[in-house]
Amino acid sequence: MVKDHKMGWKDLPEGDRLEAGTAANFKTGDWRSEKPVWNKDKCIQCMICWIDCPDSAIIIKDGKVAGIDYDHCKGCGICAKECPPKVRAITMEKEKK
Amino acid sequence: MANDRMIEIRWHGRGGQGAKTAALLFAEAVLSTGKYVQAFPEYGPERMGAPVQSFNRISEQPITLHCAITEPSFVVVLDPTLMDSVPVVEGLRKDGKVIVNTQFSAKEIAAKLKVSSDKVFVVNASKIAMDTIGLNIPNTPMLGALVKVIGDLDIEGVLKDTRHKLEQKFRHKPQVIDGNLESIKRAYNEVQSEQAVAAKNA
Amino acid sequence: MVQTTTKNGIIVAKTGNEIMAEAMRQIAPDVVAAYPITPATEIVQIFSQFVADGLVPTEFVAVESEHSAMSACIGSSAAGARTMTGTSSQGLALMHEMLYIAAGLRLPIVVALVNRALSSPINIHGDHSDTMGSRDAGWIQIYSENSQEAYDNLIQAIRIAEKAKIPAMVTTDGFIISHCMEVVEKIPDEDVKKFIGEYKPERPLLDYKKPFSVGAIDLQDYYFEHRYQLIDAMEKAKPIVLEVAEDFKKEFNREYGFYEKYKMDDADIAIVVIGSAAGTAKVAVDDIRKKGVKAGLIKLRVFRPFPHKELAQELSNLKAVAVLDRCDSNSGAPAPLYLEVTSALYTHCKSECPKVINYVYGLGGRDIDLHHIAYVYDMLGKIKTGTQIKKVVNYVNLR
Repeated sequence: MVKDHKMGWKDLPEGDRLEAGTAANFKTGDWRSEKPVWNKDKCIQCMICWIDCPDSAIIIKDGKVAGIDYDHCKGCGICAKECPPKVRAITMEKEKK
Repeated sequence: MANDRMIEIRWHGRGGQGAKTAALLFAEAVLSTGKYVQAFPEYGPERMGAPVQSFNRISEQPITLHCAITEPSFVVVLDPTLMDSVPVVEGLRKDGKVIVNTQFSAKEIAAKLKVSSDKVFVVNASKIAMDTIGLNIPNTPMLGALVKVIGDLDIEGVLKDTRHKLEQKFRHKPQVIDGNLESIKRAYNEVQSEQAVAAKNA
Repeated sequence: MVQTTTKNGIIVAKTGNEIMAEAMRQIAPDVVAAYPITPATEIVQIFSQFVADGLVPTEFVAVESEHSAMSACIGSSAAGARTMTGTSSQGLALMHEMLYIAAGLRLPIVVALVNRALSSPINIHGDHSDTMGSRDAGWIQIYSENSQEAYDNLIQAIRIAEKAKIPAMVTTDGFIISHCMEVVEKIPDEDVKKFIGEYKPERPLLDYKKPFSVGAIDLQDYYFEHRYQLIDAMEKAKPIVLEVAEDFKKEFNREYGFYEKYKMDDADIAIVVIGSAAGTAKVAVDDIRKKGVKAGLIKLRVFRPFPHKELAQELSNLKAVAVLDRCDSNSGAPAPLYLEVTSALYTHCKSECPKVINYVYGLGGRDIDLHHIAYVYDMLGKIKTGTQIKKVVNYVNLR
């Protein structure tokens, strides 16, 4: 049996409360089977990928797309799908494992 | 019997005649004389004109009883036509009294209700209400009659409290207040039994 | 002569509903969200008039159903507002799923509740089916014998709920108390304010500097732990109920506990009952004692948390006990209060348990008078001297 490291009732905050921002501590990057690859030169900074990413995994620096947070990206491919067809700055590649 | 000294009252009226209001007003007035009181209406699917009842308890001691009143010490009948359809004297205690709003004599009402005439008090509350308030609302005059028949309640205290209550309710219609108080006083003075009539004629 | 228990007490004649509304005005919650239902309508109707007249600064939210009322209360309470509502019967039933959420989120919402039968058939009168149906929802339940207790209980419930972080309902019997005018001693506004104190929520949702989520999903991994917190809080609410009662007595000289004992010191038979029927039963006890019968009465005030250990201790030395339920469990087994009482006795009795019989009474507001209660004590006298209980559940004043 796997040893349980979860909190007991005494340690949990009362009343089904969850602190904001705790998803950042939960690394979901290893869920991927395909990963998005961002091409800086092709990117027109339309920010559509940033709006549509369900995991807030598009890294923004100084108001511009700066890369992909592979610790949290689950590889859903929405960013690649939504990147305008004439631009295609994000493409999906097989994850090498 | 719970407490022989506890007074229990049953009011008979028709929906809209103010049987509930009378019981509530009466309770508040009696409280002002320093006694414990209860007032509760019988709730059902009543409508304007349907027979309704309401109740009071009065005691020197705190009242904990919360059952229905089935053996009243006093019965107040706001509408004389009820005597044809409702058994108004049902459960009346041995020493109980019934007070009826009517133009007939206590003797005639006693015969109609099939009770001895010493149990019956009459007052023409509808006429008093028409004279003083201008409307056939017999509940306030009957309150005065009840105070008189019960005997040991202070009419001045009752009038004072009722004035206070009515002043809150009818701030903009002072004539209603004076008329109501006058009706209580008149019924207090005019309510009579067969004995009182006999004594006067003797 | 009518007397006050404190020197600042104000004597008034009020119906149960009027005095509950008055208590709410004095408590002055931040938010009241409510939907009207007979016989509790007057409570929120009178209170909304107070709001309209500017007598209380509460935000009154008129909603479209009781489900919405409780939902709005949950939102408001989670935001950090002192929150109240009022309801009855079908209204409480419609709130049912939200009751569990309020409890699970540990929100100290206080409900002024008027007990009424549940349909069908439609009935507007008093019985305890509605709140007994919510007895395992994780709410504190405090029942009142009369208007005075309803008033005092509602004020105490605010402090109990906020300290225990569990929602609470304070009940009166529909019409029998809600529409019965009685003598009540009011507490001055400033004393109520002082007694309940200011509400300081631990984590208000409106604290934007420390944001958090409420009501997330818990699967097999955490649900049990979160629910256990509520179970533990209900156990810990017991001393809180007593502390608040103690403080209330110190301030206002009226005594409260889990239950009230009436002539129990030398009693060998007793009735356990909830609500207004206890008042009538006290008179019955007095009458019967004049005949030399050692009759006693326990009126349960706090049904949740249930004082099982304490109650068992009170009853264990008796010969025979009758538990009066204004509700049935419709289960082929006895009624709710009987089940709790007998389970308490079975769990805690050291030697011989008293014989216990169940009487269901007053469904749909059916009257229970002195004769009915005298009959129950009569039966207890017979059981005490060896008569076997043939039927565990019996029905009072049923044709």
